[in-house]
Amino acid sequence: MNFDLTTEQKMIRREVRKFAESEIASVALELDENEEFSAELTRKMGEIGLFGMFVAEDYEGQALDYISYIIAVEEIARVDGSQAATIAAANSLGIGPIYYFGTEAQKKKYLPMLCSGEGLWGFGLTEPTAGSDAGGSTTTAVKDGNEWVINGSKIFITNAACELTMGVTVQAVTGRRENGKPECTCFLVESGTPGFKAQPMHKKMMWRASNTAELYFDDMRVPEENILGNVGDGFHQMLQTLDGGRLSIGAMGLGGAQGAYELALKYAKKREQFGQPISKFQAVGFKLADCAVEIECARNLLYKACWLRNEKRSFEKEAAMAKLYCSELMGRVANHAVQIHGGYGLMKEYNVERFYRDQKLLDIGEGTSEVQRIVISRYIGC
Amino acid sequence: MEILVCVKRVPDTSENEIEVGSDGQDIDRDDLVYSVNEWDNYAVEEAIQIVDKVGGKVTVVTVGDDESEEVLRREMAMGANEGILLSDDAFESSDGKGIAAILKAAVEKGSYDLIMTGAQADAGAGQVGGMLAAMLDQPYASLVNSIEVIDDKKLKVGREIEGGNQEMNEIQMPCVLSIQTGINEPRYVGIRGIRKVASVDIPVLGASDLGIDSGSVGNAGASVKVQDYFVPVFGDGAEMLEGSTEEIIDKLIELLKAQGGLK
Ligand SMILES: Cc1cc2nc3c(=O)[nH]c(=O)nc-3n(C[C@H](O)[C@H](O)[C@H](O)COP(=O)(O)OP(=O)(O)OC[C@H]3O[C@@H](n4cnc5c(N)ncnc54)[C@H](O)[C@@H]3O)c2cc1C
Repeated sequence: MNFDLTTEQKMIRREVRKFAESEIASVALELDENEEFSAELTRKMGEIGLFGMFVAEDYEGQALDYISYIIAVEEIARVDGSQAATIAAANSLGIGPIYYFGTEAQKKKYLPMLCSGEGLWGFGLTEPTAGSDAGGSTTTAVKDGNEWVINGSKIFITNAACELTMGVTVQAVTGRRENGKPECTCFLVESGTPGFKAQPMHKKMMWRASNTAELYFDDMRVPEENILGNVGDGFHQMLQTLDGGRLSIGAMGLGGAQGAYELALKYAKKREQFGQPISKFQAVGFKLADCAVEIECARNLLYKACWLRNEKRSFEKEAAMAKLYCSELMGRVANHAVQIHGGYGLMKEYNVERFYRDQKLLDIGEGTSEVQRIVISRYIGC
Repeated sequence: MEILVCVKRVPDTSENEIEVGSDGQDIDRDDLVYSVNEWDNYAVEEAIQIVDKVGGKVTVVTVGDDESEEVLRREMAMGANEGILLSDDAFESSDGKGIAAILKAAVEKGSYDLIMTGAQADAGAGQVGGMLAAMLDQPYASLVNSIEVIDDKKLKVGREIEGGNQEMNEIQMPCVLSIQTGINEPRYVGIRGIRKVASVDIPVLGASDLGIDSGSVGNAGASVKVQDYFVPVFGDGAEMLEGSTEEIIDKLIELLKAQGGLK
């Protein structure tokens, strides 16, 4: 067994951390406050290679292994959840499906732009009436000659309505299977297609600098060649995408926990009450010790899941476990971090309150904690 | 243009709280995060920019242990073409003159038009650049904050002088320049750069490869030795003002007035 990271992985951690501390930390508070997605910052993240991390060089990706990708997301999340959301969603949900299921022509057409950070792509699965039950999709696609006509809507779609958005992958029902279940197919829909409207959603509690959109399709037509993979593959593609996506949400939980923990530790060592640093009080020191233990466990679990994926072994159970554990861990750590900061922890300028808010989505997005427990309980034979 | 940039691995002051070790001979080095010396990073960026403009090659060199390799690799990921690690047990605890002598030996193994160092590193003495130039008998400019290539023999360099002023000089190559921060904006190291260099071999040269007499460098050859490291104690007369900048200014004015320094 070998727990050492490679030289490349270590360098990626250091340099992404340096970038995050210099370029993201300085603006995170303001972007959060203004609920502002920054195209400029996204482009900068593109320049250092944070998009298309697991994509081959043929499509201008960075050709990294999965652990390296996860380390990069972790380091961004250590500083800011919103920017990590932009990165994780762009890679796992935007680029991933096109890269893994797209035709050569689709890959050549879209991936170079998406891997540069000049363009973003959304993954439209969730609907107002189909969340955890993604199979309950009511968006439909009907074939008409050489085209498909799509009607319906999607909600909460990351990276889907900002100035860099080039399009979205949309899952729609294209028929019924023999067993009565819907047959789903994914379509690549470019921004600006007539009948397609994408609208940013505002007043979010968390990920306020990440772009979230509602999508409407009104007799929108796309050509046959925009089908991702084959007709009927949609549900399977979505499940596979979410398996990988769970690792990146896990990385956001782990990185966020690390960031909140570091802020709390630093503060506890400086803040004095009753004549000594509060870290010396057992009630505070034990909280931090618990955080340190859990972060270590979370990192081992997440990296193991990534390693299984790198080795092309089955990793789905571990991915669900890592997503669940890392997400909930960040909740516990951010809670302790705010508590340790006392009243200051509730003030925006101390940053821990942003970690506290940003965490909540991790219990909900890409399969709620309940859904992860359903998945895991099935894997262990319940 | 062939450019050699001398770099050093130092404790990262943005990542660590530096404390003096209990024996008073050094800072406490347990669990420190190290990075490339900030001044050196500016020098490497400047070298890359020059080579981008006029062609040539940037080589980075460091005197250090195995772990120092990481700063060479990092600067190569940033864009330097080659790295050389100068490492030998005999080099340990060298003073500034020892480091300069080791670097001189490395310089003489190549053929460089321009040698750059950072203006200073963690030891703070800022002597390596000047000593290296003297040993090589090459012209030297310190605290350089702008470089313009005139032709393949001459550079125009700006130096930071008192009062925020700048002095402009023409300097003949080969020469040595020590670089001040702020001369440029060093680029970030991207993932592509990292992938390019993550597994390249970086040559290591020891005392015998460089033809250096072990007794002349390292602890044995050092004329300057650390006696004591300490944090100065606040004298009776010292008072630290605390608060926001405005509050500090107000308090300071008040104090100056009270003592008769301001009327
Ligand atoms: C900021 C943000 C970004 C997002 N980005 C994307 C994106 O890019 N693409 C995309 O497709 N979606 C995205 N989502 C949607 C997200 O994936 C869904 O919100 C999530 O899957 C939950 O669906 P829902 O909100 O409809 O909740 P529901 O499914 O209605 O769940 C409500 C509650 O019921 C529980 N529940 C539901 N079913 C069961 C069950 N069988 N057993 C036990 N409990 C159950 C849930 O766990 C939850 O607690 C995003 C959401 C947000 C808020």
